[in-house]
Amino acid sequence: MEKVLMKGNEALAEAAMRAGCKCFFGYPITPQTEISAYLSKNMAKRGGVFLQAESEVAAINMVLGAASAGVRAMTSSSSPGISLKSEGVSYIAASDLPCVIVNVQRGGPGLGGIQPSQSDYFQATKALGHGDFKMIVYAPASVQETIDMTYLAFDSADKFRTPVMILSDGLLGQMMEPVVFPDVDVKIPDKPWACCGHENKRSHNIINSLFLQPDVLEKSVNERFERYEIIERTCKMAETDFCEDAEIVVAAFGASARVAKSAVNAARAKGIKAGLFRPQTLVPFPVEQLNKACEKAKCVLSVEMNKGQMVEDLRLALGCRLPVEFFGRHGGIIPSVKEVLGQIEQIHERIK
Amino acid sequence: MEIGRNSVIMLTGDYGCGKTNLAVNLALRLAEKGKTSIVDMDTVNPYFRSADFGELFSARGINAVFPQYANTNLDIPVLNFDLESVISDSDFTIIDVGGSDAGAYPVGRYESLFKSLGEKLEMLYVFNMYRLCERSADKVAETLCEIESACRLKCTGLVNNSNLGAETTPSVIAQSAEFAEKVAEKTGLPIKFTCVTENEKTDETHLPVSRLVTLPWETEREYD
Repeated sequence: MEKVLMKGNEALAEAAMRAGCKCFFGYPITPQTEISAYLSKNMAKRGGVFLQAESEVAAINMVLGAASAGVRAMTSSSSPGISLKSEGVSYIAASDLPCVIVNVQRGGPGLGGIQPSQSDYFQATKALGHGDFKMIVYAPASVQETIDMTYLAFDSADKFRTPVMILSDGLLGQMMEPVVFPDVDVKIPDKPWACCGHENKRSHNIINSLFLQPDVLEKSVNERFERYEIIERTCKMAETDFCEDAEIVVAAFGASARVAKSAVNAARAKGIKAGLFRPQTLVPFPVEQLNKACEKAKCVLSVEMNKGQMVEDLRLALGCRLPVEFFGRHGGIIPSVKEVLGQIEQIHERIK
Repeated sequence: MEIGRNSVIMLTGDYGCGKTNLAVNLALRLAEKGKTSIVDMDTVNPYFRSADFGELFSARGINAVFPQYANTNLDIPVLNFDLESVISDSDFTIIDVGGSDAGAYPVGRYESLFKSLGEKLEMLYVFNMYRLCERSADKVAETLCEIESACRLKCTGLVNNSNLGAETTPSVIAQSAEFAEKVAEKTGLPIKFTCVTENEKTDETHLPVSRLVTLPWETEREYD
């Protein structure tokens, strides 16, 4: 296995193809463009389909179609484009179809800006679309992890027949780091439910999200939530650093976790007992891992590139037993290590 | 590589090969010898670009020429500068072109200006063996052809900028020598220089390059 230097976006695109993705449908938007550009050049060479749709709405419905046929399918966009896909994502969830949706976040609301942001945490974790449904959300924090989570996303999507989101951001998508592509034998599970031709050997499969009888709809939603319980039990992932004796736990996901990690290291160098908690899955939220990381904590600081979104999940996960403070920057501005260290020092002064 | 007065050094290559890092390094080096301009001609990628180094350039007396909307939230590819006067007013001009053929198209607009420069123009093709998109000499040659066609100009030489970002060591670079020779053979172009790590012992075919294009959490090492 050899090291190569990759951009987050192209690494994701390459990993998707290696993970068996055969269909990509998308519509251009900054800062996710390299994903589409890379796949437009390479997908056909590897026996797959790249199609630039006429809109985000068309792209997500093409994903629905490909997923119905049992094919590993993906779409990617950046924040405003993801909003446009929301209705289709709800239909995909209701149809119990696996697919991967990538959001390379930029600033919002509205057209916002093209610089990095994490302001779609709420959208990704609470309601990417109408109705009662959930979606596994992976939050990578490096180019290597972007690759690893792309494989994982396709596997989880197939395993639980659910849409899965990779929540990246402009910085993770554009930055370059040395990476290794894992040497894995991709096994795509059988999909007996797929509409891929019955050859007169079985009855028709039907992919559907419309139920004429209320009790049938309720039953289908309940069955789906039984799968969500398995996801809750088995899919949570988090990284912790220096949390064994940490009095201040800095919580951050994605690119801001890299800043937070440097700030925690700098705080430790000054003798402050700081630790890092980084959820790798945002749905399901790693509640147990957080509580364990906070065993010695007196205060939690959430660092985000938004106005304070994950901070609410931290409070819920901790049952409000600890103060959870927030520091964030917005508009495409990345919090600096110095700023975060300053916040840690202020908390340290208050709690000692 | 000898860089004479009134030279124009244009850096082209696939995206991610390290053009910007090299452009900034060259600008800082040449600024010690004469009036230097750096032109950010990237209309494709809004992140990690020469325009990020505005403060450094002004501190070193480098004339920095950026697209009007670089580093704003406007994704508008406008080049609104008079390149001819930038070149004629400078001892050295470095042109940081956008990545791949998509990024190289704006160069084509200045075809007649660049052709009028004759031998004063060095149009260099920068490659990095450690990029997945540049893993064979054939691939490098293919992208070079696409870029030349987008620019409507022919490259005059190659730069071996093989590196692994923060994990670059002298041995990482040394391992690329054989690959570089293959690229030279395939393209029929000379290797003008090889980028090496800072402070490395070098001859005239080596150019020590510092890693200036870094990630936000790497740049601040002094916290007091």
